[in-house]
Amino acid sequence: MTTLTYIVLWPLLTALGLAFVPRNYRVIMRAAAIGATGLSALLALKLFLQFSSAPVDYAGYRFVGTLPWLGSEALGMACRFGVDGINVGLVFMAAVVAFAAACCSWEINRREKEFYILLLVMAGGIIGAFASLDLFFFYFFHELALVPTFIMIGLWGRGEDRTYATFQITLYLSIGAFIALAGLIALYVQAGAGTFDIPAMTAHLRANGLTTASQNFIFPLLLFGFGILVSLWPFHTWAPLGYGSAPTATAMLHAGVLKKFGLYGLIRVALPMMPEAAQEWMPVLGWLCLGNLLYCGWVAMQQKNFNWLIGYSSVAHMGFVFLGIASLTLIGVTGAVLVMIAHGFLAALTFALSGYIHQQTGTLEMKELGGLLRKMPFIGTALIMAAFAGCGLPGFANFAGEVTVFFGAWSESSLRLVTVLACWGALIIGAVYMLRAVRAILHGETPARWANVADAPHLWRKLPFLLLLAALLVFGCFPRLLTDKITPDAWSIVERVRTLTPRQTPAETVYENAAPAGDANAVSVASNE
Amino acid sequence: MMNISLLSLELSVVLLGLALLLVDLWLPAERKRWLGYIAAAGLALLFLGSVTGIGPGSVEGTAFGNMFVQDALSLFFKRFFLLAGALVLVMAVEFSDRIAAGVSEYYALMLFALAGMLFASSANNFALLFVSLELITVTFYVLTSFQRARLFSLEAGVKYLIIGALSTAFTVYGIALVYGTTGHLDFDELSRVTPDLAGNTVFLFGLLFVMTGLGFKIAAFPFQIWAPDVYQGAPSPTTAFLAIGSKAAGFSLLLRVLFSAAPAIAEQWENLLITVSAVTILYGNLCALPQRNVKRLLGYSSIAHAGYLLLGVAALNDAGRSAVLFYLAGYLFTLAAAFSVISVVLRHLETEDISGLAGLSGRSPLLAGTMAVAMVSLAGIPPLAGFVGKFFLLKAVIERGAENTAYYWLTFIALAGVVMSLYYYFNVIRAMYWSSATDNSAIPVSRPMKWVICACIAGIFYVGLFPGRLFDIASAAVLVFHH
Repeated sequence: MTTLTYIVLWPLLTALGLAFVPRNYRVIMRAAAIGATGLSALLALKLFLQFSSAPVDYAGYRFVGTLPWLGSEALGMACRFGVDGINVGLVFMAAVVAFAAACCSWEINRREKEFYILLLVMAGGIIGAFASLDLFFFYFFHELALVPTFIMIGLWGRGEDRTYATFQITLYLSIGAFIALAGLIALYVQAGAGTFDIPAMTAHLRANGLTTASQNFIFPLLLFGFGILVSLWPFHTWAPLGYGSAPTATAMLHAGVLKKFGLYGLIRVALPMMPEAAQEWMPVLGWLCLGNLLYCGWVAMQQKNFNWLIGYSSVAHMGFVFLGIASLTLIGVTGAVLVMIAHGFLAALTFALSGYIHQQTGTLEMKELGGLLRKMPFIGTALIMAAFAGCGLPGFANFAGEVTVFFGAWSESSLRLVTVLACWGALIIGAVYMLRAVRAILHGETPARWANVADAPHLWRKLPFLLLLAALLVFGCFPRLLTDKITPDAWSIVERVRTLTPRQTPAETVYENAAPAGDANAVSVASNE
Repeated sequence: MMNISLLSLELSVVLLGLALLLVDLWLPAERKRWLGYIAAAGLALLFLGSVTGIGPGSVEGTAFGNMFVQDALSLFFKRFFLLAGALVLVMAVEFSDRIAAGVSEYYALMLFALAGMLFASSANNFALLFVSLELITVTFYVLTSFQRARLFSLEAGVKYLIIGALSTAFTVYGIALVYGTTGHLDFDELSRVTPDLAGNTVFLFGLLFVMTGLGFKIAAFPFQIWAPDVYQGAPSPTTAFLAIGSKAAGFSLLLRVLFSAAPAIAEQWENLLITVSAVTILYGNLCALPQRNVKRLLGYSSIAHAGYLLLGVAALNDAGRSAVLFYLAGYLFTLAAAFSVISVVLRHLETEDISGLAGLSGRSPLLAGTMAVAMVSLAGIPPLAGFVGKFFLLKAVIERGAENTAYYWLTFIALAGVVMSLYYYFNVIRAMYWSSATDNSAIPVSRPMKWVICACIAGIFYVGLFPGRLFDIASAAVLVFHH
């Protein structure tokens, strides 16, 4: 039992415990949920800080712990958790967002028992999915987190369409998950390693790789299965309606954290285990990501409802991650992980803010809102900062990630045109819709009916927003906190793909890596001054 | 050599049934329903005794000149049936006040059907196969139409009788053809001669007709017609026993016939099995989509599950066969949970429509939670039993994909079926949690029923979270096909 195991187990065990608490003990439910996720978040912080000094236990992973009894020895299935540079940041982000989501759930005023149990299951599932070193449990924990999403949207969601939204998101995401499942089982069977252990499978496939035929069969399953889960264009249509109808905490956790599972799966499973197919398919992904960045960004500009706007914007932001992965360079993949973490905090922050505004005003139609900055200075300021982070302003973690992705993608000559288009699209379109939203919601005349709208009253209410903003700023100003951890492990993945063809020598890549990370640092620090 | 002690489980169950009928003569009418608890407790004891090895039914061997075989596979199924019988009998007690007369006969008939299932799991000969199949089917004719005053129940009984009789005719005819061409009824002897008969049309037709009878039992396409009507019309405990026990008995016989008696023919029928599995999955799931009646919905869902289970048979490998056993174990707890809820809830509702479940979460959180867990497990979502079971089945099928690409298509059809099923299972959950009820009175749950429900939920989670041990047992059980 390591720190990491406790981070996963606390929310799940608390959920189990809450099942036996009578339903009228509302305060206890809420306190337990906040306590358990808070404890997980603190442990995750400890894990993050101790990461570099911790010993490497197993195949490059630290804090490795195995839960006994779960799984099956005969099948090579064991519930093993561990972190390396790639998922340590994701686990930290997931734990912090889970805590923030629990704090933001005070709007729930019926069936608190079920809500907090589902929230904790979702939180534990997400962290478990990122921390799993076993392919079976990697998928298992993801599904464990996914199903509460559906139920929470159906039960506590808002809007007329929530039933439709529930069924749409359930069927759509299940299709994605099952396609990925078929791919993962096929991968296990074809690998022939007799184990679900991800490091062991990767090592086995490194020694005796899959045939090109099976790679070309399995890789698209993973790419599109995971792609649907991440809202890869053109499979993104579930996202805006789903997020628009979801209760605040669910939207925060799903858009912020759970959605990153597909991306993490691509980086952790698909790329290192099937490098040949990855090379074949990455140009396709490079062009598809433009659909996210440009098309979904453009659709976001047309939105009249703030939640739909941030729904589309979160779909658009996934384009950066896809672009980083598609570049198959060290810098690109590092940037992709950086954007995943940064966007996790950002998406959680924007959905928390929109949830707060909705709770106060009862609407998110932008033309009905206006002038709210005067009424709610704290929330308004936080929203402006979130909007800036969303347009990629230096100083926020998103900038560090996005600029790293662009450097990585530019260095891959076949993606230069895509990179140029993406830069334009992302920066201009993003700025247009974010700033428009800020103008429509916060500035201008305050309609008389919003006279009673109140700001976040005390520190406790402000805490989730402050926490998420702080994370964005800290990682924005010191991206090295993340990149130093990510690069060594991203290198082992990229190097495997890269060594297939002499497109780029390792020496160049290392050199290029040093520059943009430093750049990002320098620029963001400068802008803060 | 005659070894009567091998039959101790069967004999105990039959004696228990006869004892119930005898005690019934002296017992006052208002006490009769308690006999069900005694029977359930008896079965639970037999189950525990067999599992721990201290009671009867844990020794392996053969009896009646190799006609009756007690091996790891039959022991697995016997424990399965005993557990199913115990759970279903508690449901039957809960249901007994809706049976006008002959409560003890209802329990006794269930025990006789159970004895048929126990014999079926040991059948190593077409004669015993037929006898045990008939013992199950004939008792179920009565069990389905036990509510004589209800038209639906009678209709269900008649439908089951007609189609059951037809399939029995096919089975007998098939056995006759097999015997006529080979001169053997014993599975072991048949397995020695079948490789030479792979091109013998008469023999193949005989085997195909036997498959017809078994297809009827497991409700596989195209012999599934009866399932929705009978599931809907029969008393809930009967439906539960039909869905769990009768189906599992069909699968135990199917495995024996295909892999013990005619392994060479099973290889030959690879594409047939794939097709039947795929069509059964699609038929069950597509037809379940528009259903509004809860029991009818479960009828179609049971067809779909027969299709999933056939995945493991069609895979023609050890992984597939052990996955069938594993899946059945999870299915036992899941369906028992669902039917427990149904048999308690339906008597408090005027309708069997899904909308009748509206607001159940307020009326009885325990029942609503149990039903939700059961539906989620049937849909195949972690950490519940249904997920791991489907995972093993799909793994077994994908393992064969390299040899025959049809297996990949089968995988996708199965996954498409799972996605469809999410819609109707979630509809049930939606009715219980999202919709508000017209009647808000609490639904009481008796104490034994609570135990059954808790045992089922524990089982669903145990199979889903700790699959290791059960998987090892299932893998060991299917090794019997290798000697």
